[in-house]
Amino acid sequence: MDNKVAEGVFFLTGKDFSNAGAASSNLKGVLEGMSVQPDIIRRAAIAAFEAEMNVIIYAVAGMMHYYITPETIRIVVKDMGSGIPDIGLAMTEGYSTAPDYIREMGFGSGMGLPNIKKNTDRLDLDSVVGGGTTLEFIIYLNKDSKGAKNETL
Amino acid sequence: MKLYEIVNSLSLEVKTPSLDLNKEVTGGYVSDLLSDVIGNSKKGNVWITLQTHQNIIAVATLRDMSGIILVNGRNPDVDTLLKAAEQGIPLMVSSLPAFELVGRLYSLGIRCQ
Repeated sequence: MDNKVAEGVFFLTGKDFSNAGAASSNLKGVLEGMSVQPDIIRRAAIAAFEAEMNVIIYAVAGMMHYYITPETIRIVVKDMGSGIPDIGLAMTEGYSTAPDYIREMGFGSGMGLPNIKKNTDRLDLDSVVGGGTTLEFIIYLNKDSKGAKNETL
Repeated sequence: MKLYEIVNSLSLEVKTPSLDLNKEVTGGYVSDLLSDVIGNSKKGNVWITLQTHQNIIAVATLRDMSGIILVNGRNPDVDTLLKAAEQGIPLMVSSLPAFELVGRLYSLGIRCQ
């Protein structure tokens, strides 16, 4: 990868399914433009998409910031949503509070946060019931991309 | 195998006539859960699903898939067609149910890889 540093922000609107995926596609384009390794791009795209969908499905609005250095991709997603009462439960594969119409679209299967964890090196989730959620994750660019080991920030 | 060979062999209806079907298909993935597809499909796969809404195009784009086949003769939403053409993701329809379609793709040599 070139010795570049990049950052940017995307604004996300709750229930705006017509633009769902635009932020993560954009980020993927940025990473491809910086010649980041394909496997790292794959992991970042998966994690960013899941984070983006969580805001669109569950929150009123949110923002996705990305910061790319020669060592890391750091993504911070802050939303104005109802918050997560039990983070441990939310991280459990298969657990979901999504309504039926969201599930019928193939979302809300309880795989989003586990997918993010699986594809990132560090993950931090902070949530206040009634006050919104902040999700932050990091992918190291210079680590063997296979077998990402997640640590809590 | 090229996408146009699959289209011809299985008599798929192509919903995106402006797009090039001369794409290499690396394998196949079948699922209607979007998190499953984005997490487990591979680059160049053809995706078999019954989901017809526009977000399937975002998933296929993010995973660099070769195309999407809708099963049971399901028609894509208009927004889905527009997004498919815009993002360059070929969209096809089969009259077969998923089980039959996947069986035929397997017979053609397409694997989950």
